[in-house]
Amino acid sequence: MTDQLIRLLGPGQVLTQKEDLIPYSFDGTPVFRQMPAAVVFPRSAAEVVAVLGVARQHKAPVVARGSGTGLSGGSIPVPGSIVLCLVRMDRLIELDARNFTLRAQAGVLTQAIYDAADAAGLFYPPDPGSMKISTIGGNVAENSGGLRGLKYGVTRDYVMGLEVVLAGGEICRFGNKCVKDVSGYNLKDVFVGSEGTLGIVTEVLLKLLPRPAARQTLLATYSRMDAAAETVSAIIAARIVPCTMEFLDSKTIRCVDAYAHVGLPLDAEALLLVEVDGHPAAVADDAAQVARICGENGATSVRLAADAAEAARLATARRSAFSALARMKPTTILEDATVPRSELARMIRFIQETGARHSLEIATFGHFGDGNLHPTFLTNERDQAEMHRVELAMREIFAFALELGGTITGEHGVGLAKKAFLKGQMGEASYNLLRKLKATLDPDNLLNPGKIFDT
Amino acid sequence: MSADRNLLKDLDYSVLQQCMHCGLCLPTCPTYLETRVERHSPRGRISLMRAVADGELEITRTFADEMAYCLGCLACTTACPAGVDYGTLFESARAEAERSGVSASPARSLVRLVSLRFLLFRPWALRLAGRLLWLYRACGLQALLRRSGFFSLLPRRIGELERQAIPIRRRFSDVLIAAVERPPGEARHRVVLLTGCIQDIAFSDVNRATADVLLANGCEVTTPRAQSCCGSLHVHNGDLETAASLARRQLDAIDPGRFDAIISNSAGCGSHLKRYHHLLAGDPVYVERAAAWSHKTRDIFEWLVEIGFRKPAAPAPVGDPSPVTYHEACHLCHGQKITSQPREVLRSLPGFELRECPESAMCCGSAGVYSLTQPKTATWLRDRKVANIRSTGANVVATANPGCQLQIQQGFRAAGGDARGQPRIVHPVVLLAEAYRAEARR
Repeated sequence: MTDQLIRLLGPGQVLTQKEDLIPYSFDGTPVFRQMPAAVVFPRSAAEVVAVLGVARQHKAPVVARGSGTGLSGGSIPVPGSIVLCLVRMDRLIELDARNFTLRAQAGVLTQAIYDAADAAGLFYPPDPGSMKISTIGGNVAENSGGLRGLKYGVTRDYVMGLEVVLAGGEICRFGNKCVKDVSGYNLKDVFVGSEGTLGIVTEVLLKLLPRPAARQTLLATYSRMDAAAETVSAIIAARIVPCTMEFLDSKTIRCVDAYAHVGLPLDAEALLLVEVDGHPAAVADDAAQVARICGENGATSVRLAADAAEAARLATARRSAFSALARMKPTTILEDATVPRSELARMIRFIQETGARHSLEIATFGHFGDGNLHPTFLTNERDQAEMHRVELAMREIFAFALELGGTITGEHGVGLAKKAFLKGQMGEASYNLLRKLKATLDPDNLLNPGKIFDT
Repeated sequence: MSADRNLLKDLDYSVLQQCMHCGLCLPTCPTYLETRVERHSPRGRISLMRAVADGELEITRTFADEMAYCLGCLACTTACPAGVDYGTLFESARAEAERSGVSASPARSLVRLVSLRFLLFRPWALRLAGRLLWLYRACGLQALLRRSGFFSLLPRRIGELERQAIPIRRRFSDVLIAAVERPPGEARHRVVLLTGCIQDIAFSDVNRATADVLLANGCEVTTPRAQSCCGSLHVHNGDLETAASLARRQLDAIDPGRFDAIISNSAGCGSHLKRYHHLLAGDPVYVERAAAWSHKTRDIFEWLVEIGFRKPAAPAPVGDPSPVTYHEACHLCHGQKITSQPREVLRSLPGFELRECPESAMCCGSAGVYSLTQPKTATWLRDRKVANIRSTGANVVATANPGCQLQIQQGFRAAGGDARGQPRIVHPVVLLAEAYRAEARR
C-alpha cells in the first residue's frame, strides 16, 4: 500500500517511519492516542481521489486531518488508517469583493482567510480559539464556533458552497455564489459538521460581510453570578445584540489574575466582557446602554474602554483565561456543554456543585451570549482515580445540560470524546438516521469509522 | 548514570505532560512553516521525547536529526498557552541524543572537541584564535588566498566556512574597558559587565558602548579580565557537562553578592545565564550561589528600564528622522520575554523613528551554530528576514545579539545590491552610547 501511495503522490508526500507517525497519533484532545499506518499529503482533489482508491483496494480506513487542533478526537487515527493531511492544499483561490465571497482550498488557515477578508475591508466572523493554525476544512468538518456566535453565528452560516470527494471517489460540488439557491436538497449542510465521516472537503466557498466600522469593549464584574446572568437577559431584552458576551467564573477569575496580573477583584463571582460592533453611532449608543444595564443589574464595577489600547487590556482577562487554567495542572480538559441562554445560571451552579461533590477542580468560562460554556477540568491523566471521577462528573454535567434543553457539544464536535452521550441527546430514531445516512454515502465504512457513533 | 536510564526518562514527567498538544505553537515554529510536517514542530518533537520517556521509542538517528533540526529559538514558548518548558525539554533531548552517540562520526567528534571543549572552554585559546584570524586578514594572506582561487581547491563547505567566518576586532574588550570604571558623580549601582566570547572578539565595541551607557546612568562597572564562556553554546549542543564546569568557573570568578546586577548584552548568553540555578540544581556546593546569580542577571535593556535610564537630549534638529527597525533576538524575546525594553531605548533616541518589522520575533536562522549545521533552513530564514527588513525601508537595523548581527549582515551581502544602500546593522546599546556622546559634543 505504501509503495502505491508513493507512486501516486511522490515520496515527499507520504510518511511511514515511526518517528514521523508518532506526531500524528493525537490531535488537540487530551488522552486519546492511536498510531496510523501512513500519513499522506495530497495537493489536489484528484490526488484525494487517488488516495481513496488505494484505501478502498486495501480496505484501509481514511482519517482526514487539517492542523490537528480538534477537541473531540475527530482526527485521531483509526488503527491501520491512512491519515489524509490536507495542509498542503493551502491555496486561497479567489476573493470576490463584488459578491462578498472567498474561495479557498481546505488547507488554508482560518487566520489567513480572516486576514485576506480584512485586507479587502471585509469580515469573516467565525473565530475558533485555534484560528491561528486551524484549517478552514477542519472548521467546516467540525462546524466550529468561536466568540461571536450570538450575533454572527458559526462556520455553517458562512459556507455557501463545497467541493467534496465521496468515499467512492466521485468529486461533488454543492452551492454557488448565489444568496438564493433552492435547487435540489441542501446537501452542503449534510457535510458541514460531518467530522470527515461522509466525505473529504477539498474546497470551500465562504460568505463574507462588510467589516464593522466601529467596536467598543466593556468589562463588568459581579459579586453574584445571578446578577451577571440577569444582565445578559436585560441586554437582550433591550434589543441589543453584542458581538461577544464572555463570562468568567470565580475560579477562572482568580487563576487569570494570578497569571496575567490584570487587577481583577478576587472576590468577584463573575466577570462579563461585552463587545459591541457596527456603525459608530450605533456602537456608542449600544455601549452606553450596556454600561447602564450592567450598573442597574448589580455590577460591582463597570469599565468602558476609552480607546483600542484599553479595549485590548480589558480583553486580556478573557483572552488569557485558557492559558491561565492550562498552567494549573498537567491535564486540561476543555468541555463545551451548551444550554439555552436563559438557563446559564442554573447550569453554572450545577457545574460548581458537581465539581465539589467529586472533589474536582472545574473552572468555567464561556460565551454567555450563545449559552456555550467551557467547564474546564484541571486534572492529571495519570491519576486514574481522579480521571474516573472526571468521567462521572462529565456524565452528570451532560445529563443536566440535556435536561435544560441544551446539547452535549456546542462547538467541539462528537468525535470520540462525546460518542457515548450522543444517543441520549438525539433519541433512537434520529440517531439511527445518522447511521443510515453514513451507510448510504460510505457503504464500505472507509471514512473516519467509529467517530460520532459506532458503525 | 546506568545504561537503562536516560535524561528524558529522568525528567520530571509533568514537564512532558504539560504539553496538551493544542497546536498553537505550530504557526510560530520556523521548521514547521518550512515543511508543514508535524515531526518538525514543537508538539511533534515533544511527542517523540515523550515516546522515548515512555520507552516506546529508542534514541534513533532520526530522533537526533530532528533535535538538531530544531533551532531552539523558543518561539513556541511564547505561543504556548500551557507554559511548557520547552527549553529544558530540548536541552535534555539534545544532550541525550549526544550521549547515545547515534550521530557520532570522527570528523563531528573532532569539531565538537575543538570548538566546545577547547576554544569555548579556554578564554586564552579563543582570544588566540581570534588574534590569528585577525592577522590572517590584516597581513593580506586572506586576500591573497582568495584571489589565488585556493579555496576552490578545497571541499565546498570549507570555502563557505571561510567566507562566513566572523569579523575580528583589532582590540578586544579587556583593552577597551578597564577592570573597574566609575561614573561621574556618585555611583548609584554596582554592576558587573559580562563581555561574552563572540561579542568580545567580534563586537568589542558593543561591550565598550555597554560600559559607557552604564556609566552614563550612574553605574560603577566592574569587568573581570579574561572571562570564560557562559556555556550557552554547550547547552544548546547537548554538552551539559562542560556547560556545568563553565558555570562553576563563572561563579568562582564573580561573586553575585558583591553586585546589584550582572549585566549581559548578548541575548543568547543572557537567556542561559539566567538558568544557572537550573543547570546546577543538582550541585550542593554551587546551588545557592547559582540561584543568587540567576536572580541578579539582567539583560542590559531590562536593567536600563528598571533603573529608569536617562533619555538622551535631542541635538539641534537636522532633517527628517532616520528610520530604524528592530529585529528581536530569539533569546531576548522568547528566551527572556524582553520585548518592550529595547524598543523603549530605541524610541528614546533623538533623530530616529522606530518602524516595526513584520515577523520581528521570528528567528533569522543564526541560532548558535545552526547556520553552519543546517545551512539550507538557515539561509531560507535569513533571506526571509532580509525581505521583511527591506519592507520597512529602514536604513538602520537594531538587534541585540552578535549571532543575529552577523547573520543579517551576511543576508544583506548575499542579497547583493549597492553596498552604500545596505542598512547599518547595530546593537541598540551602541546607538544609545552614540546619542549620549552626541549630547556631550553639543
